[in-house]
Amino acid sequence: MKTTLLATGLATAVIAGSFAVAPAQAEDSIYVPLFTYRTGPYAGSGIPIANGMEDYFAMLNERDGGIGGVKIDYDECETGYNTQKGVECYESVKAKNPVVITPYSTGITLQVIPKASVDRIPVLSMAYGLSAAAIGKTFPWIFNAPDTYWDGASAIIKDIARREGGLDGLKGKKIGYIFLDAGYGREPIPLLEDLAKKYGFEMTQYPVAGKEMQNQSSQWLNVRRDRPDYMIMWGWGAMNPTAVKEATKIRYSMDKFYGVWWSGGNDDAAAGGMAAKGFRTLNFNGVGKDYPVIQDIKKYVVDAGKSQVEPAKFADNLYNRGVYNAMLIAEGIRSAQEHSGKKVVTAEDVRNGLEVMNLDEKRIADMGMKDFMAPLKMSCEDHNGHGPLYIVEWDGKDWQKSGEWFEPMTDVVQPLLEAAADEYVKSNAPWPERDVPCAK
Amino acid sequence: MLYREAGQFKTTYEADQAIFPLRQDRIGIAVIAALAFVVVPLTATDFFLTSIMTPFLIFALAAIGLNVLTGYAGQLSLGTGAFMGVGAYSAYKLTSIFPDANIIVVLLASGFFSAAIGVAFGLPSLRIKGLYLAVTTLAAQFFLEWCFIRIPWLYNYNASGAIEISQREMAGIVVTGPAAAPLTQYFIVLCVTVGLTWFVSNLIRGRIGRQWMMIRDMDIAAELIGVRPLTAKLSAFAVSSYLCGVAGAMMVFFWLGAAEPSAFAISLSFQVLFMTILGGLGSLIGSYMGAAFIWILPVALRVVLPSLGFDVAAETVQHLTSMIVGALIIFFLITEPHGLARLWQLTKEKLKVWPFPYG
Repeated sequence: MKTTLLATGLATAVIAGSFAVAPAQAEDSIYVPLFTYRTGPYAGSGIPIANGMEDYFAMLNERDGGIGGVKIDYDECETGYNTQKGVECYESVKAKNPVVITPYSTGITLQVIPKASVDRIPVLSMAYGLSAAAIGKTFPWIFNAPDTYWDGASAIIKDIARREGGLDGLKGKKIGYIFLDAGYGREPIPLLEDLAKKYGFEMTQYPVAGKEMQNQSSQWLNVRRDRPDYMIMWGWGAMNPTAVKEATKIRYSMDKFYGVWWSGGNDDAAAGGMAAKGFRTLNFNGVGKDYPVIQDIKKYVVDAGKSQVEPAKFADNLYNRGVYNAMLIAEGIRSAQEHSGKKVVTAEDVRNGLEVMNLDEKRIADMGMKDFMAPLKMSCEDHNGHGPLYIVEWDGKDWQKSGEWFEPMTDVVQPLLEAAADEYVKSNAPWPERDVPCAK
Repeated sequence: MLYREAGQFKTTYEADQAIFPLRQDRIGIAVIAALAFVVVPLTATDFFLTSIMTPFLIFALAAIGLNVLTGYAGQLSLGTGAFMGVGAYSAYKLTSIFPDANIIVVLLASGFFSAAIGVAFGLPSLRIKGLYLAVTTLAAQFFLEWCFIRIPWLYNYNASGAIEISQREMAGIVVTGPAAAPLTQYFIVLCVTVGLTWFVSNLIRGRIGRQWMMIRDMDIAAELIGVRPLTAKLSAFAVSSYLCGVAGAMMVFFWLGAAEPSAFAISLSFQVLFMTILGGLGSLIGSYMGAAFIWILPVALRVVLPSLGFDVAAETVQHLTSMIVGALIIFFLITEPHGLARLWQLTKEKLKVWPFPYG
């Protein structure tokens, strides 16, 4: 026992020393840690997003000299989609005064949510994490723009209804739901069950365990037996390409197969190749390269050799999603600068900034993101925005926009969100009352 | 010279049977205790406490738990992660049923649930051994993980399927939840781990521990001299699962704060198994060493590599860490298959005569 603890002590001293000299943040920069995963079973989805986020910040620093003249000091922390490492990342960046945390994993988000109000650091979990966090009154420090999973599920049902000639057309239909059997995949179930009751369709569930993501033949055998009229997928990482491949194998009609936005990676659909033609997912960011912002990233970052992205994967769907996420962070900071009048903003300023953020058509055009995104506005009560979504369709080689932007069923989702927030408060009693005033 | 036993005479049975019969060991343990109880709290940063010390102690306790079963009683188990999960979930349920109960009592009580489950899954060990037993404990791992996902009562019907620990106080001090000071949590984990280590070390030196080792070394011979395999094996399963359960409960309550079922996946079982093997089977010090090696080294590398001036990307650090730790595991297992504890034993032998080559 002696050596161990002695050695531990020694290691302690060494490590403590190295923490003490952790680089002090320069006065004239804003620190944005990015929790990413380029390793592990979810790396396939994690890498394009990480590249997209990094490149957008790199572009802002190169083109505009940062935000409002202040450089962005961004830094990746590798989580491997592992909650243990995520907590470690959170603790290690906390000391460096981050202005916002982006956990990029539902598990890590759940862990960070209660800490956020204590450490007073806003958390931006872009369209993932806890749906109920959209309720600003209960979760003043958490933002999950632009849509919750429940918005997503309701949007898919809405699109199915459109194809069936209205919500009445759903009666008697059978809709299959294949999902990653974890918090992430189970979250939409209450809403789907609710809608099933309301509109008279039948829902069948096909859970896929995390460690059997790459072996879904039994689930798809059941799909073949049940013959659902439509399939909805809530998948991530290696689950997506496997599901697409299995669906093509049983010759499921791909244009009736919907994925949530996190199932919309290019590699996910490409696993089915031409046979996956027609597979569709929800989307809230533009696809392709024809946007001024993507061209700027190409000019300032990719062509200058400062990006890690492979040329063939530049501006694929998840990369653009990363750009969108980075844009939300950057706009939160910009809005914080306007709101507080300071150049170098703090975490509290960014929280206010996100709360008053209003991305209207004009601002979107200024950012070079016309058609890339829909207008988004958050408020003190609404930390989500419930923005419009649209459907992208796989043409065998790439995603193509299919149909126009449309609103999710916010009226159905909102009461559920409020109930879930109340439930969270009850099961996490004593949950702190909101102690920050509304930003105006 | 440094580790001389000469001249230390035992004049009573108590002195002869002390846990640390050597003066050097007593001094060493006092220094370590001073470090753990005084120096670390005074000097450590929050990151050091929450990301290094607290998890290290929790893993050390889990490794001791597995060591009781695998190292002392010779029953191979791959279900450690699930047994930790049982502890975590039962502690969570206990706090939601008895919200005012003392958290330490809840922790120690949750271990009994884990022990009961452990005994149930230990029953096959009376008929099967070795790798076959490993397979049945693997079944326990998968079955329990399935329960954590599929029985919503366990996580209070939470929509996200995770258990989240709310704020609890003990004697007016916040001990769990986000508002708890890392130092408070460190102290609780430290006291529980040290206390249980002391308990186990006495258990192992006594009749029960000797029965375990007899079963491990040769079960037929043990039976012939009157050791009942039923009680010996099942008590090993019970004690082992108890310790793992408490470790699992502490993991969620004092370190992670919330846990999805995947936190108790098979990878956690392997993590603890590697700690036990690398530290040394059948050694309590080894459990601490193994936990330090498997947990602290990667974290330290991740922190130290960038601060040494290597400007490398985050994922490269991750890859480097895996490579270095993997290479070191192979290196240590080749040079000393009996683990770090055996290395320490040899060092002690050498230190006895140092600087002379022969005693």
